[in-house]
Amino acid sequence: MAETTSLVRPGPIARFGTVISDIMARPSGAIGLTLVFGHLMLALFGPFIVPYDYTEMDANFMLSKPSAAHWLGADHLGRDTLSRTLLGGREAILVTGIATPLAVIWGGLVGIFFGLVSGRLDEILMRVVDAFLSLPWILKMLVLIVTFGSGTEVLIPTLAFFYGIPVIRIARAATHDVVARDFVQAARARGHSRATIIQRELLPNVRDALLVEGAMRWSWMLLAFSSLSFLGFGVSPPTPDWGLMIADARGFMSFSPMGVLAPMVCLSSLIIGINLTADALAKALGIDRAQKAPV
Amino acid sequence: MLLRRLGLGAITVWLVSVIIFAGVEMLPGDACTAFLEREAKGKLLENCREDLGLNRSALTRYVDWAGSALQGDLGVSANGQKQISEMVGYRLRNTLLLAFGAMVVGIPLALFLGVVAALWRDRPVDIFVSTSAIFAMTIPEFVSATLLILVFSVWLGWVPGIVLTSANAPLVEFFPEVMLPIGVLTLVMTAHILRTVRSSVIETLASDYAQMATLKGVPYWQIVFRHILPNALLPTINVVALTIAWLLGGVVVIETVFNYPGLGRMMIDSISDRDLPVTQAIALIIASVYVIVNLAADIMTMLANPRLRTVHLRQG
Repeated sequence: MAETTSLVRPGPIARFGTVISDIMARPSGAIGLTLVFGHLMLALFGPFIVPYDYTEMDANFMLSKPSAAHWLGADHLGRDTLSRTLLGGREAILVTGIATPLAVIWGGLVGIFFGLVSGRLDEILMRVVDAFLSLPWILKMLVLIVTFGSGTEVLIPTLAFFYGIPVIRIARAATHDVVARDFVQAARARGHSRATIIQRELLPNVRDALLVEGAMRWSWMLLAFSSLSFLGFGVSPPTPDWGLMIADARGFMSFSPMGVLAPMVCLSSLIIGINLTADALAKALGIDRAQKAPV
Repeated sequence: MLLRRLGLGAITVWLVSVIIFAGVEMLPGDACTAFLEREAKGKLLENCREDLGLNRSALTRYVDWAGSALQGDLGVSANGQKQISEMVGYRLRNTLLLAFGAMVVGIPLALFLGVVAALWRDRPVDIFVSTSAIFAMTIPEFVSATLLILVFSVWLGWVPGIVLTSANAPLVEFFPEVMLPIGVLTLVMTAHILRTVRSSVIETLASDYAQMATLKGVPYWQIVFRHILPNALLPTINVVALTIAWLLGGVVVIETVFNYPGLGRMMIDSISDRDLPVTQAIALIIASVYVIVNLAADIMTMLANPRLRTVHLRQG
């Protein structure tokens, strides 16, 4: 390591601290990070604080208005809306929380590799990536889900696979920027192997771009996951999930609007939180993502 | 340059057709097991496969399918024995109605708001516009759609919340039901485009030639209209294209929420019904539109910006 880091550089932990305080210094970043942190805490400790079991049905309270017993009312089966809303993000956060790092890792490695080799093979791969990107995400997801079922063990690899594909592009572009620089040329001249160049020269330089990309992918994955649940292809009942809850409560909106509003507020606040954090993270790391494509 | 771009587009469409075909091949069962359901065994199944030509090799079937798709014949659906081209026709029209509605409202609105936000950067206008854009962009479509239904349909009772018109009704009958779906699409689309317009205008404001013009004493509004806008709006073309392409995917959820008889809902239905020929056809249409729109955007950018005609076009 000494050869590349002759200048004094803060260690990883110190750097993490700087980045966090950088994010917190911006109002939008502070709000975002707080929202994300709050949701993570809720996902972890939710089961200990909810007033009711999420499957417990009470026929007397079916579609009831908010009351002292049920603060947000109850759904069409008489289940407590507050308890189900508080627990509704756990499945989504678990699935996307595992799938996001997987997507960034596989997409990142493939992208860095092809950014390094370039040439004919690279050209072919980019056409395949383009082809995949020109299909609507929901079609790609649904074909796999209909084939293999909609359990967690299917959703995680499916999300990781499809959301890794756009990461290939980002990683490849970031690598292209770095490859032309002197220190990579120097490493080549020193006769380092490709693996060593990737590990020592490219990864540290591409890492920031991937980190930001990962944060964005996370929010898009959550969006995809909850949309799938909403359409009935995701989480299976009675597991509480925001998308599914909104779909169920939609028919009863006129009697008990709380049934859709509560999960809507939770889902939106988490996704907005992630987005604000990702934006602030990008600024803190000095990455320009103004020209972001809505893929 | 132009030819190269066209060639790349054609290759992408071809690859998409391969991916679609392979993806659908992976699905368990085929058109015959779906059509015959319980009776799908023995002689009956074999006869059906014979009729539809399913007993040939995958390669022959691919060539056959892609060949007739090129001539505009998308085959027949698995269950209804109907021509897919006919079924798709009206659905495509309905989806295009949504997309055009959203574009007509959304693009001018996005340009206006984006420029305003950029010129009054970090003022209350900008903060309001940018914050709303983040909300509109990040909230899932089904959430904003449900919210709009709750507010405008359930509470205020202004417009109907779901579409009950049949797929092949004349366009006029879709009003006013089509208002809310268009509203949701417009919301998301406007947010995406205005963000790009804003950052692009801000970037141009900081450019050397804009500063030079200011130093020369050119009036502010003349700088904005003569120097800033033409240069700042160019990159927007590509974003508009990407957004339109996104629209085609995003409509799937929106059409389902509003029960709108468009291509997107037809796709969901065909996937749940295992109507594979229909799924393939719709996927191919959507992917082709995506490629064509992007191609058109690249060509428009090239025509509008003389500097790009000679330089290498943006690397894919």
